Amino acid sequence: MMSYDSKANLKHNKSTGLPRKRFYRARAHSNPLSDSHFPVPITPYNVDYSEHYPEFFPSGQINNYNGDTTSSLEVKKIQFADIGCGFGGLLVSLATLFPETLMIGMELRDKVTEYVKERIVALRAANPGKYQNISVVRTNSMKYIPNFFEKGQLSKMFFLFPDPHFKEKNHRRRVISPHLLDEYAYVLQVGGIIYTITDVEELGEWMKACLEGHPLFEAITEEELQTDPVVKLLSSATEEGQKVARNGGQTFQAVYKRIAPSETENGVKNLGERSVLN
Amino acid sequence: MEESFVEETENNKETEVAPALIAVHPTEKSVAVAVGSELRVFDLHGDCSVSLVDDSGRSFHTDSIKAIRFGAKGRLFASAGDDKLVKIWTTDSWHCIRTVCSEKRVSAVAISHDGLFVCFADKFGVVWVVGLDDNSENQSSINTKGAPILAHYCSIITSLEFSPDGQFIVSADRDFKIRVTLFPKKPLNGAHEIQSFCLGHTEFVSCLAFVCSSDYPNGFLLSGSGDSTVRLWDFTSGSLLDTCEVGAEAGLVESDREEVCQPAVTDICASSDGSLVAVAIQSLHGVMLLSCDLSMGRLSVVKVVSMDISIPTSLGMSSADHLWMVTGVSSIPGTKFPSLARVRVFSGLQKDNLNTSKCGPILLKDTDVPGGEKLLEKLQGSLSIVEEEKVLEEAAEAVKTAMHNLLIKRPYSVEKRELRKRSRNDRKLKSC
Repeated sequence: MMSYDSKANLKHNKSTGLPRKRFYRARAHSNPLSDSHFPVPITPYNVDYSEHYPEFFPSGQINNYNGDTTSSLEVKKIQFADIGCGFGGLLVSLATLFPETLMIGMELRDKVTEYVKERIVALRAANPGKYQNISVVRTNSMKYIPNFFEKGQLSKMFFLFPDPHFKEKNHRRRVISPHLLDEYAYVLQVGGIIYTITDVEELGEWMKACLEGHPLFEAITEEELQTDPVVKLLSSATEEGQKVARNGGQTFQAVYKRIAPSETENGVKNLGERSVLN
Repeated sequence: MEESFVEETENNKETEVAPALIAVHPTEKSVAVAVGSELRVFDLHGDCSVSLVDDSGRSFHTDSIKAIRFGAKGRLFASAGDDKLVKIWTTDSWHCIRTVCSEKRVSAVAISHDGLFVCFADKFGVVWVVGLDDNSENQSSINTKGAPILAHYCSIITSLEFSPDGQFIVSADRDFKIRVTLFPKKPLNGAHEIQSFCLGHTEFVSCLAFVCSSDYPNGFLLSGSGDSTVRLWDFTSGSLLDTCEVGAEAGLVESDREEVCQPAVTDICASSDGSLVAVAIQSLHGVMLLSCDLSMGRLSVVKVVSMDISIPTSLGMSSADHLWMVTGVSSIPGTKFPSLARVRVFSGLQKDNLNTSKCGPILLKDTDVPGGEKLLEKLQGSLSIVEEEKVLEEAAEAVKTAMHNLLIKRPYSVEKRELRKRSRNDRKLKSC
């Protein structure tokens, strides 16, 4: 009686065609310390853009621009990264706000990643020409950020409602930490912005303290906070944020800008001019 | 099923052996060998064995030493390992001038070229720094702790090197990564500025070395890996210049079988003029010599020099024309031999020599080794080492297994992973 097609569609809402969350139930937490057994690109050049953004990269070839100067065209690269994107609410909101910007969600839980994948496929099908600029990948961003992005490639990074890891011995599992901020500073361009928000006050203070103490980050001004259209989305766009709002919870956000290192800090001048080859 | 887990972990404990290590003073004033917890030093200048002195009253190392090295000027020496101690020695009197306690086991150590800082890496991927400036008052000179400067997220750091100009500190890990970080003037506040990542290896990175010449004083970075390759990098940009498939070149890679066996590169060292690079590879009875064309950024195999039956576990070179090697292990499971260290020396490494004469480098006889038999007696523990093929094979196998267990990710079947989840500690507590 039941054909294969209707069976597959059972997981999707009949009227919107979107996947239904209840069929993608997953654990709320995942251990970032355990060895990972999913494929990881060896370098950012090995990230297959045609798989993620077929409309932008229809050729079907790997986005290989490794030192190849023959392709004079400026190759489009991912600029926004939503770390721990969860069910993808923020990506979906950002997709139409910045239609020409490529963005990716990174999520460790495979079922949740599956859901976001299905969600994007459904959105693309229902809205031709839209949502082509968002994608998702299952990975451990705490380990593999440099495998996905080059130095200074990103202009925005999002850390929305991360796992709080209350116990002190588990603080090293937190996605914002002084040492990991070094890597985030590496992939962010100068002027790039890091957005964090949580409903756990203790974690909010922790994230703020980490960013405040880092020499390559600076809090953005009140004025910038007011004018940045993305800031409003932090608490409203994600599933987790909506849950907090429903329960009347408080949120704590920290938004910081990547700044150039001060010369007194590192004691090295004109790094860019230093070249071994010349 | 559950029992098999227990067995597995017990087996790992048993096979946790440490390879013997060798370090040569930059101008060959002395040579040090570490086997297990034992540190043996021979003074070639004074032609005598050295007895180490530790005034702090602490014992010497109590567990396997995992890293030894001389500072660039040869004034300082550092040793560290599984006993979570980093010991810093002055090489003129061989006194221990500082013992640093680490929270975790130490896997790599490096001394800044100005001799002011010692960095060490632990098995959780954190790199720590200790200042050696004796004028600072708030540091007791006997016992100190390091300050964390950078971290690879929960990955074992396998190697730590300062760039030739001292501007960068380079760290390699088992997640195929090499990170190049600016070493700041005040490193105690952390090293936050990442210059580049050198990505390209497809297995754990096991060793790093810089190669530089008079034309290229800043040098280039070499790395060896579990993927059986040696790679050459422009470390300021992180770009890969060349890859040398050393395992395949040595005829060690057997790809006809379904599971490709890749012997890991275990050590690299470069001659001080940058003309020659020596590579130690698992299962290679000898060393592979590479030449490095820095203007072209190319690596090429010069030759494989074989060495009867031993596989070196660690290499060392000095400005003198010698390649030092040690073959050994802290213990050989299943035999009556407590530990093993066999020191060999090649001479005649000048490039012209290698190109013109077919005999290539000469493996020195025990009596011709610098320091002679006196040196061997000290560094090997005894002059007559049982050079039984079986024993050396066992030792090589033990070292290989230990490295494999430490650095290769074990693939678990889905059922096993589910079983693990079910036997998680937090669950157990709840049910109690």
